[in-house]
Amino acid sequence: MAAITMKNIVKTYGDGFQAVKDINLEIADGEFMILVGPSGCGKSTLLRMIVGLEDISGGEMLIGDERVNEKAPRDRNLAMVFQNYALYPHLTVFENIAFPLRLAKTPDAEVKERVNHAAELLELTEHLERKPANLSGGQRQRVAMGRAIVRNAQAFLFDEPLSNLDAKLRGQMRTEISRLQKRLGITTVYVTHDQVEAMTLGDRVAVLRAGVLQQVDSPRRLYQNPANLFVAGFIGSPPMNFIPATVTDDGLSTPFGDIQLPPGRSVDLSGKEIVLLGARPESFEDADVVSDTVREHGMVFDAQIDVIEWLGNEQYAYVPYEAPEQIRQQLADLERELDSEAMRTQLVVSLDASSQIEESSTASVWMDLRQVHVFDPGTGENLTAEPAPVSDETAEGQPA
Amino acid sequence: MEREQTARQKSLWWVAGVIVIVYALFPVAWIVSLSFKRASDLSSREFLPTTWTWDNYDLILRGDFQDLFLSALRNSIGITLIATFIAVVLSTFCAYAIARLDFPGKKLILTTALAVSIFPVISIVTPLFNLWRNIGLYDTWPGLIIPYLSLTLPLSIWTLSAFFRQIPWELEQAAQVDGATTWQAFRRVIVPLATPGVFTTAIISFFIAWNDFVYGISLTSTEAARPVPAALAFFTGASQFEQPAGAISAAAVIVTIPVVILVVLFQRRIVAGLTQGAVKG
Repeated sequence: MAAITMKNIVKTYGDGFQAVKDINLEIADGEFMILVGPSGCGKSTLLRMIVGLEDISGGEMLIGDERVNEKAPRDRNLAMVFQNYALYPHLTVFENIAFPLRLAKTPDAEVKERVNHAAELLELTEHLERKPANLSGGQRQRVAMGRAIVRNAQAFLFDEPLSNLDAKLRGQMRTEISRLQKRLGITTVYVTHDQVEAMTLGDRVAVLRAGVLQQVDSPRRLYQNPANLFVAGFIGSPPMNFIPATVTDDGLSTPFGDIQLPPGRSVDLSGKEIVLLGARPESFEDADVVSDTVREHGMVFDAQIDVIEWLGNEQYAYVPYEAPEQIRQQLADLERELDSEAMRTQLVVSLDASSQIEESSTASVWMDLRQVHVFDPGTGENLTAEPAPVSDETAEGQPA
Repeated sequence: MEREQTARQKSLWWVAGVIVIVYALFPVAWIVSLSFKRASDLSSREFLPTTWTWDNYDLILRGDFQDLFLSALRNSIGITLIATFIAVVLSTFCAYAIARLDFPGKKLILTTALAVSIFPVISIVTPLFNLWRNIGLYDTWPGLIIPYLSLTLPLSIWTLSAFFRQIPWELEQAAQVDGATTWQAFRRVIVPLATPGVFTTAIISFFIAWNDFVYGISLTSTEAARPVPAALAFFTGASQFEQPAGAISAAAVIVTIPVVILVVLFQRRIVAGLTQGAVKG
């Protein structure tokens, strides 16, 4: 087990393309770190630089205080689970798991003991004599994990390990990985583009965009306190709503009415004409079900409800609205960068499951202003972001 | 209605298949039949021999043609096996490098290999004949092995590099992360997976070298290196008016046997499918 430290890491490909730009990241010993971002953001490249499958163009990579830039993968003592598992098809499950031990010339008795132990942990004992071709997707995935945990590696590296599984299995394996990591207490770097995995698994999450680190924080802080538009739009599903607002003398003017930001959210808007308000779907509610005690913390407006999706425990309402052309363009660009495509500017509003609002009707909707973020549309910066607490940021990363 | 048609289609396919088999195998059957005929029977215009005889086989294995045939057989087997072995080892390394590494001149190697195999054998053989005589390779085993490599290597490199490209690169990377050196990853992961491809290549190389006639007859002069296809031309009858067709047929049957055995033995290995299950199915 060891900490992993990245100092000014850069990856430049032969054609001059910079996939990773000046990344500084410290992963504490035993920490579960998630690298997340849309496709092409450089997260896999970064992982492959840690393990040594990709050369480091600049900067310094330390594993357990030792510089590894020039070391071959086999000398770094890291275990990796590949996206497509990369099992050896000509070997049985037992030999697949034993492969790293065989290479290290471990005595037979010890190999047997350790493989059996790993197989037990992953419930693979009855499949040990089978070939990978005869296993299901989930079993193959577990074999790949077995191969990783059987050795005493300094850290685990996962490259989108669950993306090839169907949704149900993915949920189960996610829990399994989390349990295993806590049990073994081993430093783990996990690459994913699935934000559910990012939010549930990690002690800390590093959000990347086009090779640049956007924010490194605990999942909770990422969600409640995104550093910029990109992180705000990327984390959360359905994503945060961005509402264009014009700065006026006595507050903000939005397509849904004028707003006075509450004291806790008020920021210096002098010199700005337009800002983007960010509000998560759950910041909204059917005005009829909001209790009077909280009603005063938000604003109520009439919304033209387009479509309603009823999910049982909650429901989502879609509210289309007109945005200024310039803002619409910017939001479309952001969406594209986040691997999604918005057909129109609309609010996604989460409503209480008991709400009786109907599709294609006008309803009165309440918006909680205590949770609203204010973004500068030019720089994307979150003006309402709280500075990170200095003392407990590293402490937060440590597993309890 | 539809089932009827598929049944008819099926039978049509069968008929077509039988026609092709008969067309392809009839000359072989004719040669087998010839090899069992007596000399007087050769021009009998009958398919089956009137009396079956082992005389022809006796002639080439124990009789007059014994020296000629057995030494040729020994040459053929030795030269072909060595040429095949060298071709397979060299092309395995070469194809692996081409499939996996990015180095300058990669395209050049592939195009050169292709260009070499395009040259008609007959256009190379005359200069080679002079060169070999000058440097003392004429009528020796290496003198045949080297030209055979020029025939088998291009094909082997192309076949094998296509095969190596099918093997997921992640397997090798996984092996390296697991602690293998490049050589260990190659030997313990890539080679076992490439076995079907290697066997296919080996068999194709073997056939090419085994069946060669032009090099065999041009670059040899004695029993020291002459392979079977060339030696058959030196079989002579009791008089110059008599062709030893029976003996030649018998020899032809014998040289066909190793090829048939090889195909039957390795048929299942040639069929790929070993890479199944390496990655998500």
